[in-house]
Amino acid sequence: MSEIAPKELRIVGFLCNWCSYGGADTAGVSRFRQPTDLRIIRVPCSGRVDPLFIVKALLNGADGVLVSGCHPRDCHYTDGNFYARRRLEMLKQLLPYLGIDEKRFHYTWISASEGQRWQKTVTDFTNQIHKLGPLHSTTEAHSGS
Amino acid sequence: MRVGVFICHCGSNIAGTIDVAKVAAEMRKVPGVAFATNYMYTCSEPGQDEIKEAIKREKLNRIVVAACSPRMHELTFRRTIEKAGLNRYFLEMANIREHISWIGLDKEANTNKAIESVKMAVAKAMNNKPLYSQSFKVNKRVLVIGGGVAGMQAALDCADGGLEVILVEKSPSVGGMMARLDKTFPTIDCSICILGPKMVDVAQHDKIKLYAYSEVDDIKGYVGNYQIKIKKKATYVDWVKCTGCGACMEKCPAKNSYDHFNFGVAPTRAINIPFPQAIPKKAKIDPNYCRQFVKGKCGVCAKICPTGAINYEMQDEIITEDVGAIIVASGYGLVDMDKFPEYGAGRYPDVITGIQYERLLNASGPTEGHILRPSDKTEPKTVVFVSCAGSRDKSCGIPYCSNFCCMYIAKQAILTKDHIPDSQSYVFYMDIRSPGKGYDEFTRRAQEDYGAKYVRGRVSRIYPKGKKMVVVGADTLLGTQVEVEADLVVLATAVTAAPGAPQLAEKLHISYDTFGFYVEGHPKLRPVETNTAGVYLAGCAQGPKDIPASVGQGSAAASKVQALFSKDMLESDPAVAKVNENTCVGCLKCIMTCPFGAVKEKELRGGRIVANVIETVCAGCGVCTATCPCGAIQLSHFTDNQLLAEVNTICQK
Repeated sequence: MSEIAPKELRIVGFLCNWCSYGGADTAGVSRFRQPTDLRIIRVPCSGRVDPLFIVKALLNGADGVLVSGCHPRDCHYTDGNFYARRRLEMLKQLLPYLGIDEKRFHYTWISASEGQRWQKTVTDFTNQIHKLGPLHSTTEAHSGS
Repeated sequence: MRVGVFICHCGSNIAGTIDVAKVAAEMRKVPGVAFATNYMYTCSEPGQDEIKEAIKREKLNRIVVAACSPRMHELTFRRTIEKAGLNRYFLEMANIREHISWIGLDKEANTNKAIESVKMAVAKAMNNKPLYSQSFKVNKRVLVIGGGVAGMQAALDCADGGLEVILVEKSPSVGGMMARLDKTFPTIDCSICILGPKMVDVAQHDKIKLYAYSEVDDIKGYVGNYQIKIKKKATYVDWVKCTGCGACMEKCPAKNSYDHFNFGVAPTRAINIPFPQAIPKKAKIDPNYCRQFVKGKCGVCAKICPTGAINYEMQDEIITEDVGAIIVASGYGLVDMDKFPEYGAGRYPDVITGIQYERLLNASGPTEGHILRPSDKTEPKTVVFVSCAGSRDKSCGIPYCSNFCCMYIAKQAILTKDHIPDSQSYVFYMDIRSPGKGYDEFTRRAQEDYGAKYVRGRVSRIYPKGKKMVVVGADTLLGTQVEVEADLVVLATAVTAAPGAPQLAEKLHISYDTFGFYVEGHPKLRPVETNTAGVYLAGCAQGPKDIPASVGQGSAAASKVQALFSKDMLESDPAVAKVNENTCVGCLKCIMTCPFGAVKEKELRGGRIVANVIETVCAGCGVCTATCPCGAIQLSHFTDNQLLAEVNTICQK
């Protein structure tokens, strides 16, 4: 590789099946290069994402969490993403109280046809997490789940 | 628990950038994994046979396939394991192609990511429970949205197959864009002559219920059982009484109304029948121009109407229809001329659009088929056609090709020569796109037999000079600048999504792309399906296409509906929410958040209130699961345990 890839960090992605997971597929089919840090969990709807999943992930070893759903008003389930937006916005404001930089968490809306936008989102978010560095320093052994 | 893991090479698609053998070897070390292997093409017949054999031989009870996206092959492998006697929900897929092997070339990083992704799938699979679908009745009626050629074809094919069809058309007549065309390429066949009989068939078919001048207001329900609210817009004419005699139109004093059918080439009356072949042939009042509405007095049409059909008090009406499937054929729009300041932004009357020119050519159009310049009603001798007005132009936000303009320009150049033998046509083009049976021969005919001069280059500016319009452009083949003094300029304006397309998509819960065109289930293999079960696409709503392609899609969508309706009962997706009545505290927050009204209150013996999910109504979004404060309502197949198993796998280290 031309670039010396810094060590991978741990990024968890919750993607709704109908839009963003499809968008990530589209990006793959179009061979849009992306960093490899992200691990994707498929959920039916961004409204399925319990904010506690994100907290658990961040406390247990993740360095960043990305949630992506359908664009507002374009939810496969009418308004699941509106619930997601409220919950996730609330979580974003709460994270600092847990001692977690809110920049480690990002939520966004990407449709199944927006492969390029997905590529940009993943790349930007991964770079942001790399800038912040690991959340769990190696010396500070975290107790597992 | 005995998990079997199957890693697919997908030829070199996956194996090219992932060390699949290493992934399989790593999986064998994972607790619970009893068997792991890699195979060239897992989805092939021998590949699937290997899964089935391994299930029996190794007594596997959970299967993980690491291959392409589950959106591609989840159903394939669910069927495979079902044939081997496992519940289909014992399958998990790890997407190591679209999400890993195709997005990076670093084999080491990819292999590492693949190992973790497969481990996640294994962790989830170990928590998978058997699920069983329920069957429910299908309402074998179909809603077709849009009465253009694609929608009519779909409606007729469904109706001929014995299905009841509800056809909703937003304008006062069916026919769509094709009804406005004069001739069709490449045969120069008369458009309305071939479309007219179809329109009549639609009107007369006893299985088709046509709602013209109506729009879909609201859609509720799911595949097999939709409740549709249709808004019948007020026409101010009682269509039961109206005979379509046209007496009102002759006497109407509001002579300067915008003619939507003719794209404003000439004005029409405030009360009008859009065109002679209109179906239904009924009059309608445009309240924006009608003196009775604008000034509060007139009433000429009410006096003249022999059947007393005029009703100025008419209101919009909401009608409810129940259907089992929906075909969306809502058509397309055209980019506005004000996008082109360099072409006058619609200020010059003698710079018109292709569809307006079509109306000038048409015998039933405002000029009765005589080509006359809009400015001074004289015959143009020099006509310039500008292709790609907006299309393939990123600065206009339209990077795509509008598909049929090259062909209709050639047709219009031929027709111009037919109408005015001493005329000369010029065509400014970027590329001539004429793939199709007889299409390339047709564009050549325009040049060779009809003497149309094709200039390869774009037009930079159009400005008036006396009575003429000067078209300034480049000839990139000669490398010079060209100027043509034209009498009439025709812009092949770009095809856009129909106005209101995103709003309709939101009602249907289907996706649309950045341009507003609806997204098909798979670009190659599911061209008329959407990702929403029971909703199908036809015609230009999915993307610009010509008449034969639209008709083909109309028929294809109809055949999909026929196949769906060939069974009396459909199987529900069992991945729905379930309530644990022991832990439910009866707060009923889930009832408030459920977008489908699928959760209801239930009283247990002893009077305790709990939530209860109606399985066939639940669509499986999981909003309730994330809402429940005590984890009592769980979305099957995506339970907290299953998703946290995946989270924990990632966050182990």
